[in-house]
Amino acid sequence: MTDRHAGARVLDVSTLAPGGFGYRSLMWWGTLGLVLIESTMFALVIGTYFYLRTRNSYWPPQNIAPPDLRWGTLNLVVMLASGVPNELAKKAAGRIDLRRVRLWLVVCLLFGVAFNTIRALEFTTLNVTFSNDAYGSIVWLLLGLHTTHIATDVVDTGVLTALMFIGPVEEQRFVDVEENAVYWYFVVLTWLPIYGVIYWAPRIIS
Amino acid sequence: MTASTVLQSILDPAGPQAAYISRLWWLMLWVTTIVFVLVLGFLAAALLRRRRATSEQSLARAVVAAVGATVVILFGLLIASVWTGRAVASLGATSAVTIEIVGHQFWWEVQFDDADPSRRVTTANELHVPVGRPVVLKVTSRDVIHSFWAPNLHGKRDLIPGYTTAIWIQADRPAVYRAQCAEFCGKQHAHMALDVVAETEAQFERWLDAQRKPAAEPANESEARGRDAFMRRQCVLCHSIRGTLARGLVGPDLTHLASRGKLAAGTLPNTRGHLGGWIMNSQEIKPGNLMPPNLMTSDELQSLLTYLEILK
Amino acid sequence: MNSERELPPVLVDEAQLERTWADEPGLAGWLTSVDHKSIGIRYIATAFVFFLGGGVLALLMRIQLARPDNAFLGPDLYNQIFSTHGSNMMFLFAVPILQGLGIYFVPLMVGARAIAFPRLVAYSYWLYLAGGIFLWVSFLVNVGPDVGWFAYAPLSETLYTASKRPDVWAQMITFTEVASLAVAVSIVTTAFKMRAPGMSLNRMPIFVWAQVVTSFMVMFAMPAVMMASTALILDRLVNTHFFDVERGGDALLWQHLFWFFGHPEVYIIFIPGTGLVSTLVTTFSRRPMFGYLAVVLSLVATAFIGFGLWVHHMFATGLPQLGESFFTAASIMIAIPTGAQFFCWIATMWSGRLSFKTPFVWMLGFFVVFLIGGLSGVMVAAVPLDIQVHDTYFVVAHLHYVLIGGAVFPLFAAFYYWFPKITGRMLSEPLGMASFGLFFAGFNVVFFPMHVLGLHGMPRRIYTYLPETGWGSLNLLATAGVVLMTFGVLVFIADALRAWRAGVIAADNPWEAGTLEWATSSPPPNSNFVHLPTVAGRDPIWDNPPDQPVVVGLRSDKRDVLVTHVLDAEPDHRTIFPEPSQWPLLTALATTALFIGSIFTPRAVPYGAVPLFVTMTGWFWPKEAGETGTQQWPIEHRTLPRPNEEPGKAA
Repeated sequence: MTDRHAGARVLDVSTLAPGGFGYRSLMWWGTLGLVLIESTMFALVIGTYFYLRTRNSYWPPQNIAPPDLRWGTLNLVVMLASGVPNELAKKAAGRIDLRRVRLWLVVCLLFGVAFNTIRALEFTTLNVTFSNDAYGSIVWLLLGLHTTHIATDVVDTGVLTALMFIGPVEEQRFVDVEENAVYWYFVVLTWLPIYGVIYWAPRIIS
Repeated sequence: MTASTVLQSILDPAGPQAAYISRLWWLMLWVTTIVFVLVLGFLAAALLRRRRATSEQSLARAVVAAVGATVVILFGLLIASVWTGRAVASLGATSAVTIEIVGHQFWWEVQFDDADPSRRVTTANELHVPVGRPVVLKVTSRDVIHSFWAPNLHGKRDLIPGYTTAIWIQADRPAVYRAQCAEFCGKQHAHMALDVVAETEAQFERWLDAQRKPAAEPANESEARGRDAFMRRQCVLCHSIRGTLARGLVGPDLTHLASRGKLAAGTLPNTRGHLGGWIMNSQEIKPGNLMPPNLMTSDELQSLLTYLEILK
Repeated sequence: MNSERELPPVLVDEAQLERTWADEPGLAGWLTSVDHKSIGIRYIATAFVFFLGGGVLALLMRIQLARPDNAFLGPDLYNQIFSTHGSNMMFLFAVPILQGLGIYFVPLMVGARAIAFPRLVAYSYWLYLAGGIFLWVSFLVNVGPDVGWFAYAPLSETLYTASKRPDVWAQMITFTEVASLAVAVSIVTTAFKMRAPGMSLNRMPIFVWAQVVTSFMVMFAMPAVMMASTALILDRLVNTHFFDVERGGDALLWQHLFWFFGHPEVYIIFIPGTGLVSTLVTTFSRRPMFGYLAVVLSLVATAFIGFGLWVHHMFATGLPQLGESFFTAASIMIAIPTGAQFFCWIATMWSGRLSFKTPFVWMLGFFVVFLIGGLSGVMVAAVPLDIQVHDTYFVVAHLHYVLIGGAVFPLFAAFYYWFPKITGRMLSEPLGMASFGLFFAGFNVVFFPMHVLGLHGMPRRIYTYLPETGWGSLNLLATAGVVLMTFGVLVFIADALRAWRAGVIAADNPWEAGTLEWATSSPPPNSNFVHLPTVAGRDPIWDNPPDQPVVVGLRSDKRDVLVTHVLDAEPDHRTIFPEPSQWPLLTALATTALFIGSIFTPRAVPYGAVPLFVTMTGWFWPKEAGETGTQQWPIEHRTLPRPNEEPGKAA
C-alpha cells in the first residue's frame, strides 16, 4: 500500500513548526468559541435585566437602595489593574521567559484572590436578596454568573501556574499561558458592562 | 339553548374577522398549491427529461427568474397579510359591549362590567353576545397562561397573568360557537371549553337582566335543605351564589348555574344526573381539576341538586 | 519548505500509524476512545435509539387520540408522554444525530486526521448520554416532564407544578446544551483550521458549511435556553422570582428567552439537512453543485434571519401592530434563501446525469415533504392566519413536515449513503426502496389530515376530545398511518442489522462521489487517511489531476496533525493530538453528579465542584514529558511561530 502513490508528487510538511502562537493555534479558536458563547450569555442576562425593568414601575423596588458603590468600584479598579501582570505574563510567554512567566502568573493569582474576596463583600452590600423580588433575582444572577467566571479563571490559572513550577515545562505551555491571558482579559473586561448595569443602571434609569 | 350549535372551524366564519382571515387562508392555499405544483413539475422534468446539454448560463437565468418570482409572490402574500391584519384590527369599537374574561385552571370566568356594582354580572364558561355588535373582550389570567379561541369568530388571544389585553369579536348570526383553550395549561387543558352564545339584541338583554338578579330563593323544604347543605359543606369555600353567604372566588359563580347549557367548562351537558356525578366525584370525569370529591348521602345530594336546579 | 519533490520509496510506516491512532483494546478502549469516528457512531446510534423511543411515545399518543373520549391514557400520563416526546426528539434525537454526522464526517470531508479537541468531543458524548438516560429514567419512574417541551412559565413554576418533573426537563436541557456547545466549537475549529492543503474556504464541501453555520447558531442560540432553564430552576429551588408576576417577574420573559433559542433551533435541525441534500444532489447528479456560492450564502442568510423570528411563536400574546408587520415580513423573507436552494438543487439535477439509488430516492422524499412544510410555513408566517392555526393540529402537521421533511428524510438518505463508508458494507437497494415507500406513504397518511383537523379547530396538547367535535375519523386515519411508518423504520433496522454483518462488501467509493471521505478506504483506517490528501477543486476526487500531491512528513509514532490557514488552507504547523484518556468520562460523571444534585439542593454546586475540579485537573495535567511534541525545558530559542511570522521560521 505504501507505494500506491509511487510517481505522485508530495507535499512535505516535516519542516513545519510543531505548534504556533495566537490565532495560529487550535486552542485560540476554541477559546474564541467559548468567549462567543459566554458573551451571548452575558448579553442575554443583561437584556433580561432591562426587560424586567420595563415590567416594574420602580427600579429598584420601593424601599430598596441601589447596591453600595464601594466594593464593586474597588473591584473594578483591582480587575483593571490585574491587566498589568496579565499583560506581562503574556509578553513573557511570547518570549519563552519561564522565570517571568512564573512571577507574573503568581502576581495574577494574587490579584485573582483579591477580587474574589472583594466579590464576597460585594454580595453583602447589594441591599437586596435574590428571593426578595425579580430585581433581586436578576442582580444576583448577573453577579453570580460573573463570579463563576472569576472563580473558575483563578482556579484555571492556579493549575497552570502549578504546571509551570512543577510540571514538565515544554514550549507549548507558553502558548497555553498566552491563551489563558486572553481569557483573563475577557473575564475582566466583561466586568465593565456588568458593573455598569448592577451599580449604575438603578441610579440612572430608576 | 336558543340557537343551533355549529362546529368549531376556521373555514366556517360567522364574524367579520374570521371572514377576513378565511379569505386570506383561501388565497394562501391557492397560491401555495400553484407554487407546489410548479416546483414539483420542474423537479419531475429535471428527473425525467431526456439528457442533453444545458448551458450553465441558461440554468443561472432560470434560477434567478425563479428566485425573482419567489420574491414577488412572497411580497404579494405579505401585502395580503398586512392588509388582512389591518382589516381585522379595525373593527369599530363604538357601542361595543365590554366583557372581561379571566382564565382559571380549567374554566373561564366571564364578567359583564357596569358602572353600578349591583348590576355587574359574573358567570362562567358561557359567553353571551348580541348578534351584529362588536364586543370587546378584555382578557387576563389568574393562574397560568390560557388562550381564548373561538375559531368561527376570530383568532386566538392568550390570557396571561400580569397582562390584560383586548380583542374585538363580532358574531353575525345567532348560534352557539364553541371556543376552546388553545394554550397548554395543565392536566385538564383538553377540557377547557366555552360556549359563545350569539343571540338577538332582545334575547341578549333579557338574558343579561336575568343574570343580574340575585339567586332564586328556595320555595319548598327540599330546596331549603339543599341550600343548607351547600352552605354547610365546603362548597362555600370556593363558589359564590349572589344573595347568599356563599362568596368563594376560587371556582365558578353558581348564581345562575341552571341557566347554563354545559357543566365543567363545556365538558358535560347540564343535566341533573351529570351534575350529581360531578359533585360526588368530579375527579372521575375530569381528573386533575381543582374541585375535590364530596361524599354525602343520597338524600343530601338529591336536595342539593334540587336547590341548584332552581338557580335559573 | 512545502517543496514538492519526488516521492521517497517509503512514505510512511503504515502499521505504526495505525497503532498510533488506534483505541486501546477492550472495554477500557471503548470508554477512553477519543476517535471522532467511534464517537460519531456512538452519537448516531444513541440518537437513533432515542428516535425509536420517541417514536413509541408518538405511537401511544396516536392510540389515545384514535377515537374521542378514549380512556387508554389519562391526562397525567399523556402530558408526560407528549412533553417527553417533544423534548426527546428535539434535544436527544435531532440535534445530536446531526452533530454526530458532523463529528464523523467533517474531519473526513476536510481531509483531516482527527476532529479538533477530541477529548472535549468524547466528554460531550458522555454528557449527552447521561442527559438522555436521566430524562428516560425519570420518565419511566413517573417523573417525566409534563409541561411540554417548551415548559412555559408560570405553569412550570412550583406553584402550579410542585413535582420534580419540570426540573428534570430543565436539567436535561443543561446536559444536552453543554454537549452541543462543545461539539459546535470542535466542528468550527476543525472546519476552519484543519482542512487539507488547497481546500480554501470556497472549496469547502457544502455539508461542512452547513455544519459550520449550524455550529455558530448553536453558540448564539443555546445560551438563551440554558439561561432560561437555569432561571427556572432557581425560581423553583431557591425562590427567585424571574417569572413570578406577583414579585416583579414576568410570564412573557420565559417565552422571549425560550423562542430566542427555539426558533433558531428549527434551523439548527434543518440547515444540516439541507447540507445533506446538497451533498446527495451533487453525487447522484454526477456534476458539481450548481450555484455553490448561492447555496452557501443562503445557509448563512437563513441563519441570520432565523434569529429575527422568535416573536413568530408569540403572535397570540397580543403584540403591537407594527411589530406584527415586521415579524410577518421577517418570517416570510426566510423563504427566499430556502427557495434559492431549492432552485439550485433542481438546476443541478436538470443538468446532471442522474442515478436513482436509494439515498437519492429518500432525498426526493425530502423535496415533496419539505416543500409542503415550507409552504405551510409561509401561511403561519402571516399573523392573521397564525392566530387562527397557532397551537392547533395545523401547526403539528406543519412542524412535522418541516422537521421530518427537513431532517429525517435527509437523515435516512444519509444512512443509506454513508452506511458503506462507516461499515464497509452496502445496504440492500430493494429493501431501502420498500422502507422509503412505507415511511413516505405512512408519514403523509399520519400528518396530512392534521392540517384539516387544525382548520376544524383541534388544539394541540389535548389528551382527548369530545365526540361532538367531529374530529374522530381523521384522527383514526392518522393513527392508521402510524402502522406504515413503523414498518418503514423496522425494514430499515432489519436491513441495517443484516448488512452490518453480512452485507455486500462496499468499494471505497461506491457512489462515485467527489468529496474526500470517499478518498479513503471503507471503513476508514484509524488515521483516516494513510497520506493526507491535498485538494485542487470543490469535488477533489473529480477535480484532482492524477499527479495531485499527497502530504508527507507527519510523524507516525505520535498523533501528529496538520493545521492549516483559515482562508486558503495553506499548511501552517503541526500539532500533537492527545492519546485516549479516561478523563472525559470521569469529568462527565462528575458533571452529571453536579447537575442532578443541583435540582435537589443548591449545596450540590459547591460540593459537586470539587470532583469536577479534580477530574478537570487530571484532564489537563500532562501525562508524560514531551507529550506536546514541542521543545522541553531548557529552551534556547523559540521555535513556534507567532501570528505574524513565516511558518516554521521562528528565531
